[in-house]
Amino acid sequence: MSDAGTMATLKRGLSLSPELRTGLTGTLGLAILQMAGRVSVPVAVQQGIDHGINGPGGPNPRIVLGVVALTLLGLVISTFCGYLMTRRLFTVSENALSGLRSRTFRHIHDLSMLHQQSERRGSMVSRVTGDVDQISQFLQTGGVQLLLSLGQLIVSLAVMSVYSWQLTLVVLLAFAPAIAVIRLFQKRLAVVYRTVRERSGLMLGAIAESVVGATVIRAYGVSDRTGRRLDTAVEDLRTAQQRAIRASVTSFSSGEIAAGLALSGVVVVGVLLGVDGGMTVGRLTAFLFLVTLFIQPVQIATEQLNEAQNAVAGWRRILDVLDVEPDVADPDDRGAELPAGPLSVRFDHVSFRYPGGPIVLDDVDLTLDATRKYAVVGETGSGKTTFAKLLTRLMDPAEGRVLLSGTPLTDVRFSSLRSRVVMVPQDGFLFDATVAENIRFAEPSLTDDQLRDAFTELGLKDWLDGLPAGLETAVGERGEALSVGERQLVALVRAYVADPDLLVLDEATSAVDPATEVRLQYALDLVTRGRTTVAIAHRLSTAEAADEVLVVEAGRVVQRGPHALLVAEEGSIYHKLYASWLEQTR
Amino acid sequence: MSSSTGNEVLGRGLRVLGHAIRTEPRLFTISALGSSLFGLLIVANSYVVGAVIGRVVVPAFTEDRVSTAGLALVVAVLLGISGLRVASIFARRLAAGYMQFRMQARYRRAVTRRYLSLPPEWHQRNATGELLSNASSDVEAAWAPIAPLPFAVGTIVMIIGALGSLFAVDWVLALVGVALFPALFALNYFYSRRMSPRQIHAQKMRAKVAAVAHESFDGALVVKTMGREADESRRFGVYVADLRDALVAVGRLRGVFDPLMESLPSVGTLAVLLLGTWRLQTGAVTVTEVVSVAFLFTVLAFPVRAIGWVIGELPRSVAGWDRVQAVLTAEGDLAYGAGDLPGDGPAELRFDRVGYRYGDGPPVLTDVSFTVPAGRTVALVGATGSGKSTIAALAVRLVDPDTGTVSADGVKLPDLSGSALAAATALVPQVPFVFDDTVRGNIALDRPGIDDARVWSAIELAQATKFVTGLPGTIDTPVGERGTSLSGGQRQRLTLARALAGTPRLLVLDDATSAVDPRVEAAILGALRESGTSLLVVAYRRASIALADEVVYLHRGRVVATGTHTELMATQPGYLDLVTAYEKEGK
Repeated sequence: MSDAGTMATLKRGLSLSPELRTGLTGTLGLAILQMAGRVSVPVAVQQGIDHGINGPGGPNPRIVLGVVALTLLGLVISTFCGYLMTRRLFTVSENALSGLRSRTFRHIHDLSMLHQQSERRGSMVSRVTGDVDQISQFLQTGGVQLLLSLGQLIVSLAVMSVYSWQLTLVVLLAFAPAIAVIRLFQKRLAVVYRTVRERSGLMLGAIAESVVGATVIRAYGVSDRTGRRLDTAVEDLRTAQQRAIRASVTSFSSGEIAAGLALSGVVVVGVLLGVDGGMTVGRLTAFLFLVTLFIQPVQIATEQLNEAQNAVAGWRRILDVLDVEPDVADPDDRGAELPAGPLSVRFDHVSFRYPGGPIVLDDVDLTLDATRKYAVVGETGSGKTTFAKLLTRLMDPAEGRVLLSGTPLTDVRFSSLRSRVVMVPQDGFLFDATVAENIRFAEPSLTDDQLRDAFTELGLKDWLDGLPAGLETAVGERGEALSVGERQLVALVRAYVADPDLLVLDEATSAVDPATEVRLQYALDLVTRGRTTVAIAHRLSTAEAADEVLVVEAGRVVQRGPHALLVAEEGSIYHKLYASWLEQTR
Repeated sequence: MSSSTGNEVLGRGLRVLGHAIRTEPRLFTISALGSSLFGLLIVANSYVVGAVIGRVVVPAFTEDRVSTAGLALVVAVLLGISGLRVASIFARRLAAGYMQFRMQARYRRAVTRRYLSLPPEWHQRNATGELLSNASSDVEAAWAPIAPLPFAVGTIVMIIGALGSLFAVDWVLALVGVALFPALFALNYFYSRRMSPRQIHAQKMRAKVAAVAHESFDGALVVKTMGREADESRRFGVYVADLRDALVAVGRLRGVFDPLMESLPSVGTLAVLLLGTWRLQTGAVTVTEVVSVAFLFTVLAFPVRAIGWVIGELPRSVAGWDRVQAVLTAEGDLAYGAGDLPGDGPAELRFDRVGYRYGDGPPVLTDVSFTVPAGRTVALVGATGSGKSTIAALAVRLVDPDTGTVSADGVKLPDLSGSALAAATALVPQVPFVFDDTVRGNIALDRPGIDDARVWSAIELAQATKFVTGLPGTIDTPVGERGTSLSGGQRQRLTLARALAGTPRLLVLDDATSAVDPRVEAAILGALRESGTSLLVVAYRRASIALADEVVYLHRGRVVATGTHTELMATQPGYLDLVTAYEKEGK
């Protein structure tokens, strides 16, 4: 997490959500009107006392009635202003924040961190949910109160100075030390609440570990060890929370003391000023009322500081994501279309490394012909998956270029690229929807009949008919109502209806039952027909079936050729891989 | 929400709070006393202000009589009240906060203890995310009303004090209070009633948005490779708009309630001013009293809201409490016995007519009997869903069979103590689990008798020496949460080393080397056979199967045949099909 200052974060946050400023003047105006209603009551008290109760001819109910009626009317109007203000604030802030949610969501999809680091997905979800909620919570509770407090502060200060500048000065002097204390504590509060958040994260981590690892913990009889770790995390959080509340109450109470100082100061100075100083009983009384109105906002502001810190932290986390430039940019309108027809591939001295990491692909230079089938083999970590990611432009090379039919990939607009080049990932991810909807993900315009035809063409009609509700069968969360192999079948049909000219397959490693395995193989043969196909092969049977095999080792393509030829090269890496594979299956 | 369920929630919520009060009576008493003092001080302060005006200010202005002693007294009293208020705030907020945090910590410990003692079967039935929120946000929700609770108690004291003082001053002015307080409560009540369905709806929309984001990010690779980012953003946008509408609906209601709540006490002040003038004329009250009462109404609006806060939190509290209780009262503990496993060296594992089903589901295993003789290697072979992993779990007593027995060296597993069982058996599961710790911590797990030499020899046996020595701090390298800095094969070998470090007398590998290179796998299995432990292996690769002394061939939860690999290849066509599936598919 970057440690940008609170003000800097707020400034950046506001500039990224300009909608927040929509009609801000109007909202502020309404807040001031609402507060004017509140402040009008002490004024009414003053008028009532000075002209009604202490009037020249003794108490005069008619004057008081007039004052009360007028103030009541003002209260009705200001209450309505309050309604309008709250409504506006909710509408404006929720509009702005829904925009922020959507923009962040899209931005996260444009970043590659999702498919590179699956473990970060959970935290990315909270960027568009919990973090935004925290901002909204703050804007609508703390924010409203701060806004109203500000209005109240301004209005009551104005009215106070009309009554007596000397007494206003007394009030301000009484609050000066409190404001200094609050400012001092603000820093400390930021620190203690950050500790609370950090420890809360650590505790969640510890709990998650005990839940996810429940089996291992039981099997190894180490629940005492885990229990101790959990207790430490829980207790650490509690001590941090207690420290935070101590700091917060101390800071809050300074406002309380200031209130006492202000009240007594006003009485003493007011009395000493006396009639000659322009004081009346009503004015002094009104002043005492006004002081309470002045105190409340200060107290509320200190109450809201913690929530404000949380909101700022949430905002900062969102900004941290939005600040990451997408590493792979869509050239969009400036981009080119891929030439029609089957696609050939050229790797022009391509190297790749993750920033700061070791080299993953090292000066790969090769050409793959259109409509042929290629298999890429090599051990885990050899760079074959990176090869596939560069080919589909999920990443860009550090050096060199990748070209499709002569067009550099970086120049191709995504709409063209993604419709012509399709990758079938290893896990065959499905959305929590029906089989039909999952396939339409590739091509939304397809009718049910066309979908059924696709299954039939791939020899999967009997499988489809065997599903409880055919095309309308729900596949469950992540497709988990289907077996691993069946998920791969659906993913394959999805790739088939996308009708790409270059198909990249990341072969699944997990074992599936033989019946599905055979179906998959058959469907695969049909899907790859007539297109350039690059398969990341984990099984050498796939390599045997390819037109040509590329052997990757330590980031380099070390061998290339048809299976039969490569396997004949005694002592070569492929020869060894194949021998080991034969040993496994025979 | 119907009113009966609304009242029921209110009643249950108060009972949950009662439980907290009984658990932390001292802290609650301190905070309630502090808060009551605060409430009474608010009332007292109004009368002091009134007295200041009536006794000091009015004489000073009308009779020009300034009493220095009087002024000094005013300052002393006002500052004294201020000081007492600070003390009362400290008592209320600190004690309430401590009480809340202690209850949270207490229940977090209790819930996580249940997690550790409930069997894996229970864990499988409950989603990870759910369990995580049981221990975090549900516990938080259950005890959320504790923070405003003492404030609400103090408010009630304050209202009683205020009404009492009003009647002492003048019954006519008291009527304003009699009218105003019920109005404030009624407003609060209607607000909570109308708000709660809106908030529930907003909460549902929130969950929807989170679910869509989660799914979409989970499928990011598919989204990206199909170029569907824009469509996904649109899909997400629909839910975001629904959430926005739900929250704006919440805001509209707040917009009605908040300003009304602010204005009602002001109306009270004005009423006091009007009625007070009339009563002054009749001589029933003094200026002091009118000012006091008017002042009282301006300051009591804020505390009254505390009652609304408590009531507003109750539904969430009850829901959280229920979910926490579901964990605390969950049944199905697998209690350990007290017995020891006599002798040392490899142990014999015996399954005797074992049957098992998950919950009310169909039987997963039926009448399964086989033996792993001491020091021998037995492979379990069968198609997906034939019950292999269940057997692996039964063999180390992660679950107990419904029928039949599982025993080691003739001792039934349920008779063994927890430490005896953990020392004798080890399971390496399909999916490796790595703790957020160093390599050494992950392997030793603080078990007694596992020193660095043992750790290193286990690493060696798991064929992991090369990658561990390549790590920046070798065995002191932290591996990160869930071992994210390691590859799948490395994680598997790390968990294998963990099992081996304990020198188990029976080792169960549940497809534990699937992400390891075939040649490395063969080397591992070879080394394990040499080590002389009894070994039960769930295997897919033919070469691994062939290493076993004996193969148990399973089909749909039954043992079809037992024998050597060669025998089964010759006599069991199903076995032949299964084991040679790769070759067929290749041709």
